[in-house]
Amino acid sequence: MLQKITIASVYESLEHVMDPEIPVLSVIDLGMITGVELEEGGVHVKMIPTFAACPAVSYIQQQIKTVLEQELDIAVTVTVDKQAHWQSNRMTAAAKEKLQNFGIAPPQLLAGEMHAEILLAVPCPHCGSKETYLRSPFGSTLCRAIHFCKSCGQVFEQFKPLE
Amino acid sequence: MSYNAALTDLIIKMADDELIQGHRNSEWTGLGPVMEEDIAFSSMAQDKIGHAWALYRILHENLEGKDPDKFAFHRPEKDFKCSHLVEMPNEEYGFSLMRHFLFDHAEAIRYESLVDSSFEPFRILSKKVKGELKYHTLHANAWIMQLSQAGEESYQRMQEALNNTVALAAGIFEPSPEYENILIAERIYPGEAALYQRWLDRIYPILVKASLNLPDMKTITPAYGGRQAIHTPYLRPLLKEMGEVFNLDAEASW
Repeated sequence: MLQKITIASVYESLEHVMDPEIPVLSVIDLGMITGVELEEGGVHVKMIPTFAACPAVSYIQQQIKTVLEQELDIAVTVTVDKQAHWQSNRMTAAAKEKLQNFGIAPPQLLAGEMHAEILLAVPCPHCGSKETYLRSPFGSTLCRAIHFCKSCGQVFEQFKPLE
Repeated sequence: MSYNAALTDLIIKMADDELIQGHRNSEWTGLGPVMEEDIAFSSMAQDKIGHAWALYRILHENLEGKDPDKFAFHRPEKDFKCSHLVEMPNEEYGFSLMRHFLFDHAEAIRYESLVDSSFEPFRILSKKVKGELKYHTLHANAWIMQLSQAGEESYQRMQEALNNTVALAAGIFEPSPEYENILIAERIYPGEAALYQRWLDRIYPILVKASLNLPDMKTITPAYGGRQAIHTPYLRPLLKEMGEVFNLDAEASW
């Protein structure tokens, strides 16, 4: 198959690589990709993990390679970009909407450093109420916190804001 | 070169603290007093071991260190430089919680100081780690406050936990007799004495708010020794257990 590979076509393919823990979000939605370079005979994708101890990093790297090689028919190398670090502000607005619809409250936009107060009154993704409280800053994965909604009486998860 | 030796020494101390505290945290998995706490200690275990891994990778990539997994799981006790605080068994939840409070504020202070380090890998790593640690200190502060205000027995147990952990925690800041000056002069980090003071300034107002009395730090003897590889009897069995699976077949690919 001979087709012209462009940076844009690589980014388009990357939208098909989904996060294994939140399957409605792609690596692009999450803001995990920090660079794409066309090299002789292949493509070099640079990415960053959300949390330092994220156990899915090598799986995601492998997924990027597999999907891109299949869709673009080109050799792909994926490396972790050490110069950049992931912040929740990297997540796109579209991603936040998808998260919300998936039942996980999105991270609030951070202005400066994260502080405890920002975790209060997180809107409930089920009923929209702000009558909520933080139940635990740790949840089912490293990137999630647990909240409780007093209006609808349900526990919900939030993708944590990270500075 | 003594610069590299000093840097290596500091990284091993930091990483070993993270690894061993991470292992201790993981011992709460399945045993937490409530489900949220089970999850919290398990998550913090994962974070700590991730931070240890990042530091061992810096050793490996920048300072000719060994492969991170081998270095973590295949090293004799005499080469570990963790503090006595992290070696201690979990005991009751109050002890674990107070250790977590004192340890994580010490970590937060340390990583905040590394944002200005002259050593680039520290600058990069610290930005990430200090953001993640906010959730650890937030968790610790919330529970210290909650349990100190939950009746007389609860209050007394928290005060007792503080009395039992504070000398151990002060041992985190054991300065290196041979490398401290060079690390400060090279602006790698501000030095243990400075971090110790910042740590006290950070924890004191929180303890006051919880009505807990910090013992007079001039009268306590910090639990030094860990940084010089003189360990408590608790480290050896921990290392044996931690490396048990890895050492079944050290060459296996996971």
